Amino acid sequence: MLEDLFNVVKTRFNGTSASAENTEEKDDKAVEIPKDMLFKCPRCLNVIMTDELVKNLKVCPECGYHSRITAEERITLTADKGSFIEFDKDMVSKNPIDFPEYESKQEALREKTGLKDGIITGECTIRGERCVIGVMDSRYMMASMGSVVGEKIARAFEFATENKLPVIMFTASGGARMQEGIVSLMQMAKTSGAVAKHSDAGLLYIAVMTDPTTGGVTASFASLGDIIIAEPKVVVGFAGRRVIEGTIKQHLPDDFQSAEFMLEHGFVDMIVERKTMRRNIAHILKLHNPCKCKEEK
Amino acid sequence: MEKMNKLTPPERLELIRHKDRPTVRDYIPMIFDEFIEMHGDRHFGDDGAIMGGIASISGMPVTVIAEVKGRNINENKASNFAMPHPEGYRKALRLAKQAEKFHRPVICFIDTPGAFCGVDAEKRGQGEAIARNIMEFMRLKTPIISVVLGEGGSGGALALGVCDELAVLENSLYSVISPRGFASILWKDASRENEAASIMKITAEDMVELGVAEKIIEEPLGGAQNDHRQTAENIAEFLYKTLCKKMKIDIDVLLNERYTKFRKIGEFEE
Repeated sequence: MLEDLFNVVKTRFNGTSASAENTEEKDDKAVEIPKDMLFKCPRCLNVIMTDELVKNLKVCPECGYHSRITAEERITLTADKGSFIEFDKDMVSKNPIDFPEYESKQEALREKTGLKDGIITGECTIRGERCVIGVMDSRYMMASMGSVVGEKIARAFEFATENKLPVIMFTASGGARMQEGIVSLMQMAKTSGAVAKHSDAGLLYIAVMTDPTTGGVTASFASLGDIIIAEPKVVVGFAGRRVIEGTIKQHLPDDFQSAEFMLEHGFVDMIVERKTMRRNIAHILKLHNPCKCKEEK
Repeated sequence: MEKMNKLTPPERLELIRHKDRPTVRDYIPMIFDEFIEMHGDRHFGDDGAIMGGIASISGMPVTVIAEVKGRNINENKASNFAMPHPEGYRKALRLAKQAEKFHRPVICFIDTPGAFCGVDAEKRGQGEAIARNIMEFMRLKTPIISVVLGEGGSGGALALGVCDELAVLENSLYSVISPRGFASILWKDASRENEAASIMKITAEDMVELGVAEKIIEEPLGGAQNDHRQTAENIAEFLYKTLCKKMKIDIDVLLNERYTKFRKIGEFEE
């Protein structure tokens, strides 16, 4: 089933990223010669057939790097079939600091990705367990956090608090959205505040760090999960690798700021492979469901 | 006179780097009756980039937490040019929790280009340390007042910036990233710093307009460096007035107002 899903998505993928430099020809080209037949793994640098990658749930068969997937793919992999109900699906950002060309850039991205911003939120069931879910999609301005991402996350947590539901957040982000200036920085406070209220209500929050979780997102809600899971080999860190290399004038080791690095230093509870993620989350949800425990007694 | 003081963002950028611009070490003895410094995060070490302790203002005990700019190269070495490591933020949180325990309000002074970017900072969880502070300050059961003294850069500033009322000194700047970093990320050219400063909306007036700050603290003509004492008096007056006001508010009401202050920032349409 999952293979079918990825096959469907793959067709669309080839259509969107095959010829970014020439948008007019895009559709014709995508049908005839899919340029994305090969995938170069950013971790092990091996080149593999995209087909093979897709069959493997977009996990590099050579090194196990869990490459980026779309929010839609993630929801299909995680939620019970047909259970997902999206929140705030028409929310779009304004231009709070009048940043040049911010609107046109976003319009182009909306067209290209079908997304309205860098996150999709909603509620669903996972193996029967009802929860609120948020999935960031790095195709949209690296899923950087501006007004929309911040607001949707805050609302998702508030909905979960009101309805006594756990929250699962799949994080992937370049950090704060520069184009929204200080307003984007404040989203870190907004989202963390909503996490605090949810936590004070005794509710469970699982953060799943996916590729890449960095900057202001690492420095806010992504690091505040009761349980923090990461996918293998993904990038997780605060400062950009190049920024640090520039500061210390040395090349950093390859595993720096990986999920494994974070596990070693105590900032991640567990590393879970994509193929068992749904099962693991469902299991943790069950262990935190007081009703279920009582019923079983 | 006020009109004459209005500088452009690049001019302010230059001003906040002026060698005589007062730092928190200059202000503390002028604002507070006494100050007892406390050290260490109780986990790893003591970060010179953040200082903290107990002080009193007009007889009222408070906890002070501040990012420390150096006034010369030796001071700057000791305080890592005001770029904190995780242990600095954890020291800040420890002192804030202590303030909560003893019902003291917290006063934070922000003055940093940003949290330190380095291997050790990553190993010790820079992201987690900042995230934790933001969340815990959001629900800290005692009033928090923050003041941006010079530059407030990114999450490194916000870690001391979740508060009930934020004041910014007239020429200080508060931004999602330093103008230099902004230029280098968006245009791959750090030298376009002044251009970045001009479009980023980072001045005191911008902060009030965007709902980030509540108050602009006036600086003497030409900038704070021209009259340290006057600037300190202006800060002290703001702090005392605001503390008296916030101390009267029921803590649950205050916490709700604090949440709402940040909750409403953001511009979107549906």
